[in-house]
Amino acid sequence: MPSLIAKTPLEGTWPVTHGGLTLAEVELTRVTSVSAPKVGRDLAAGLKALGVSFPKPNQFTGFDAVRMVWTSMDQAFMIGGDPSGLSGAVMTDQSDGWACLRLEGAGADQALMRLVPLDLRRDAFPPGAAARAPLNHMQMILMRLEPDCFELLVFRSMARTAWHEIEEAMKSLAARAGLV
Amino acid sequence: MRIPCPLCGTRDRREFYYYGSDDYLNRPAADAPAAAWDDMLHNRDNPAGVTRDLWYHETGCAQWLAVTRNTVTHEILGSELVADLKTGPKSARKGGEK
Amino acid sequence: MRIEGKGLIDRDSRVGFRFDGRDYMGFKGDTLASALLANGVRLVGRSFKYHRPRGILTAGSEEPNALVEILEDGQQTPNTRATVQEIFDGLQAKSQNRWPSVRFDALAINDLAAPFLSAGFYYKTFMWPRAFWEKLYEPAIRRAAGLGSLSGRHDEAVYEKAFAFCDLLVIGSGPAGLMAALTAGRAGADVILADEDARMGGRLLAETGTVGGQHGPDWVEEVLGELRAMPNVRLMTRTTVTGVHDDGTYAALERVGLHVAPRPNLPRECFWRIVARQAVLASGALERPIAFPSNDRPGIMMAGAVRAYLNRWGVAPGKRVTLFANTDAARATARDLMAAGVKVAAIIDPRPDASTVEDCPVYAGAQVIDTAGRLGLSRITIAHRGSEFRIETDCLAMSGGWNPTVHLTCHKGGRPVWNEALAAFVPAPGAVAGLIPAGSANGAMSTAACLREGRDAALSALAALDRSAPDVPLPEAEDDTYGIAPLWHVPGKGGMWKRQWLDFANDVTVKDVKLAAQENYASVEHMKRYTTQGMAPDQGKNSNVAALAVLADATGRGIPETGTTTFRPPFAPVSVAAMGAGGRGKGFAPQRFLTSHEASLERGAPMIEAGMWYRPSYFPRPGEATWREACDREVAMVRHAVGICDVSTLGKIDIQGRDAARFLDFVYTNTFSTLPVGRVRYGLMLREDGHVMDDGTTARLGETHFLMTTTTAAAGQVMRHLDFVRQAYCAGWDVHCLSVTENWAQFAVAGPKARALLNSVLDAPVDPEAFPFMACGPVRVHGVDARLFRISFSGEEGYEIAVPARYGEALFRDLLARAETMGGGPYGMEALNVLRLEKGFITHAEIHGRVTAFDIGMERMISPKKDCIGKAAAQRPGLMGPEREQLVGLKPTLPDQMLTAGAHLFTPGEEVCRASDQGYVTSVGPSATLGHWIGLAFLKNGRARNGEMVRVVDHLRKIDILAEVCDPVFHDPEGRKLRA
Repeated sequence: MPSLIAKTPLEGTWPVTHGGLTLAEVELTRVTSVSAPKVGRDLAAGLKALGVSFPKPNQFTGFDAVRMVWTSMDQAFMIGGDPSGLSGAVMTDQSDGWACLRLEGAGADQALMRLVPLDLRRDAFPPGAAARAPLNHMQMILMRLEPDCFELLVFRSMARTAWHEIEEAMKSLAARAGLV
Repeated sequence: MRIPCPLCGTRDRREFYYYGSDDYLNRPAADAPAAAWDDMLHNRDNPAGVTRDLWYHETGCAQWLAVTRNTVTHEILGSELVADLKTGPKSARKGGEK
Repeated sequence: MRIEGKGLIDRDSRVGFRFDGRDYMGFKGDTLASALLANGVRLVGRSFKYHRPRGILTAGSEEPNALVEILEDGQQTPNTRATVQEIFDGLQAKSQNRWPSVRFDALAINDLAAPFLSAGFYYKTFMWPRAFWEKLYEPAIRRAAGLGSLSGRHDEAVYEKAFAFCDLLVIGSGPAGLMAALTAGRAGADVILADEDARMGGRLLAETGTVGGQHGPDWVEEVLGELRAMPNVRLMTRTTVTGVHDDGTYAALERVGLHVAPRPNLPRECFWRIVARQAVLASGALERPIAFPSNDRPGIMMAGAVRAYLNRWGVAPGKRVTLFANTDAARATARDLMAAGVKVAAIIDPRPDASTVEDCPVYAGAQVIDTAGRLGLSRITIAHRGSEFRIETDCLAMSGGWNPTVHLTCHKGGRPVWNEALAAFVPAPGAVAGLIPAGSANGAMSTAACLREGRDAALSALAALDRSAPDVPLPEAEDDTYGIAPLWHVPGKGGMWKRQWLDFANDVTVKDVKLAAQENYASVEHMKRYTTQGMAPDQGKNSNVAALAVLADATGRGIPETGTTTFRPPFAPVSVAAMGAGGRGKGFAPQRFLTSHEASLERGAPMIEAGMWYRPSYFPRPGEATWREACDREVAMVRHAVGICDVSTLGKIDIQGRDAARFLDFVYTNTFSTLPVGRVRYGLMLREDGHVMDDGTTARLGETHFLMTTTTAAAGQVMRHLDFVRQAYCAGWDVHCLSVTENWAQFAVAGPKARALLNSVLDAPVDPEAFPFMACGPVRVHGVDARLFRISFSGEEGYEIAVPARYGEALFRDLLARAETMGGGPYGMEALNVLRLEKGFITHAEIHGRVTAFDIGMERMISPKKDCIGKAAAQRPGLMGPEREQLVGLKPTLPDQMLTAGAHLFTPGEEVCRASDQGYVTSVGPSATLGHWIGLAFLKNGRARNGEMVRVVDHLRKIDILAEVCDPVFHDPEGRKLRA
């Protein structure tokens, strides 16, 4: 029986580096929207078993294998993790609707502040912080994993635009650094 | 202009979609007279001063806000989540029932 | 000429540049202006209206005369201030507004016509004969007018925009700004210190006074060293804060790459939006000229600028300098020149009791009443104690005092306040909340006062920020008197050769302002527009106050009573390219691509933009030369075999919860709570004002689980609407809505062979009995969980198969390959449109925002048994009835006749005019199935007029035909094929 080949939104795009910043696609295996007006015992226990808890606004819990990021009122996206054991919430699959990009290096926040109208400096947006905010003219979910490392999600169909605009910001910053 | 979203914090105006006056929250009953619908849909005060209007945090948390601001001084006096206001007449619930 | 031992330029770095075709040398740190003056070039341009020879007036961005074009990379940037443009190796510049050269300009003839060209002349001339305006006057004026020219090519350079946040924004880095930044920086606040200049230090770079016992520029370097080491302080040079906006937002323009030769990826400019909790305005003051007769010759310069050229750039702008000034402060220019060995021929001081003790002749109570030297000053005429005499001089340094740079305090509608003692406007206290003026910008005219005010402003800001204040001692500095006695203009004996220039950039004289007053344009706002004073690139920085004083005098009022015009952002010109950085061409909006994009491109499909999505228009086969041929074939292919179309762009909204059904009943006109699981229903959605918002199908996937679809272009609007209804009217309901548009790749498989095709990819075949028209359910495609919907937009037996988007490309390719083996293939937007038109299915071409359910014949879809959004308003008088334009079909009477969307409809025999307009055409297409064009239209009382002829008129595209009104469903009206 033939099987269908799966492709990531930016399949085949290699990471790029400019001026000490690197941009790369991160493959998303599974993303689930979890929506609950109240996080009951069952839901909390189910999430705990996966290594996460329901995040407060503007933050994410968990880190590598399973992460949960706040996305709206009473709603969070679980990135990674199998939702089939969860109950006490309305769940919707979002695994294929998003592209994930990682930007890392010293000054990553300066590059993003070309496109994101938020205060992304280290103290204002520390590791563990998340935000629903625009990336230029696109909807985005932004997370700071480490002082010099961000991951962001944009719509699959807009992945190329997001990649291009972030790369342009990286190049401009690198060119500025070349000026003495 | 920067608008304080109760969930996301104060954000640039461009993250929001402007709908109009908070009159839109006063949905008349289905059988209300035409004048009530005219008021909700079309008739507006136009104050030079404090006004309250509805904004959607489109590239943020997708919540609707009722923002109180002064159209003369541009001061933003406060904002609340529409969902917290629990507006809407009983007919909304009646209408949905079979 | 260059003075040895003076200046802060780097004498070890020589720089070559070209001006007006001649090569010159300068040093790194020179501006184009300082380098030209060092090379003895005084004539740099021609004035706007009269083409008078002009030279460099100032040393800053307020420069009105030395506007040049910078040439690079085949591009041209006009109106660049030579006083701001830093030179670099290979810089090429040329003077403007002259032909053939700046030394000999043919249009100087305008100056001879000056008596006829005074203020407002164009309101009184060029009116007769009327026909001459369009053919002669306007083109001639257009050619003669304007300043500078563009290359005519697209600007493809890189520009940036960026956001920044801070506790304290300090605007200006002179003594006040540096003290403010230092104070706040030491307190640990996040500080941005911005200065429009390439070097920080403000006037300290131009003067020779000491600060804290140190040479001014050395003290500046010491402070900058401390600031650079603070991680909480950010220094931004070449950054002009251009505007004050709401909520602590400041706009700023940074010149990133204009001071070097172009290099890849280096932005030319960056437009900043800075959000600051507090700000200090330390923008200094701008010196103002005196309007005396013939005060515009090359070589007549501002005294402070002469001092700056000497001390900062090591340039003496003349060999025999004179000074005409009404303040004690201006004497420093003469003293510095003499100390550097430059001859100062005389100081002319209009104040009768001014000190005459200097190392050069001083004439107190004197005025300059005339000058000579057309292409460069050669002598001046002085009136002193009743007698007149001349002095040879090649540079006259003038000063009428200083105007605090108050502009930013007025951007939110405030006006500045007149200070009689300073004879200047100062900021109104509290004009902008959180913006604290300090230093000369606030009217403090000594260095000591500036240092103190800068520190104090920062202390106020720190208090507002709830931060403790550090101890910052004030260094000692000069605290001399200002000593101003205002002199706005020196009356001349009249006559064309003794005009007193106020606005150099727009060639406005004292006489023009008096003329405006005489013609009753007494309001300062009227005087400005009538004379154009203050409307040039310098925005009146060199002329506002003097013009105001002349107007006040001419109308018998005081200056405060006459008032100022409104100050608006930007403070200095901002290129549109910087504000719109990134938005050129495809950067204007996100590009949205389908998973089938590559496959469509491979087949040569031209793409069209639908919203932000790229969708294939048609798929040309070899031998097909036009879109029509491809479209006809694709339509036939769907009707007789099978076609595949990517319909992923339609909005898909996942709706779940115990109240999901109830919610759908509320937002749709018809009932969805009765929809069985596994079925799809067409729904109509109204706006609250009773007009149609969108239509679409909604599938019931489970008891509490629905999937709504929306029109591609309406997806965002519908989502917003659902969120509003839910949050505003449905508090406490258990209903969750989430967009899943992007999550699923969805393909229409349509035609008589559709089922056969699908059965070859599905794990289990489709049973038409168990899966009738409008059924839906989970299926597996090549082992992948998918969804199948039996719906049709083509009118053929049709399905839509949805897979998670990661498999979209693979499934699309597979479906195409199989379709082609069955005589089918892909079809694009053109064919999609014709197919749906043949079935009378509507799109947003019909639901364009002004139609009701009644207009499209769907009034019976509004259920009488329940309320819904829009129901009450839809029943208002005037939204139903025979006077409404109703949806109809149109068939041209002759087979090859074309219809066009946008054509209007008229009853044959009636005049084609607005009053007899019967309606309009919304969608058209060539129907391959029927052999003629078809269209949908809205026609007054259309449903009652089936069989009637209407006249279809489109003046733009020259269509004027008769068409028959008919039912909008042209093909298979009983829908037999759908239900196979």
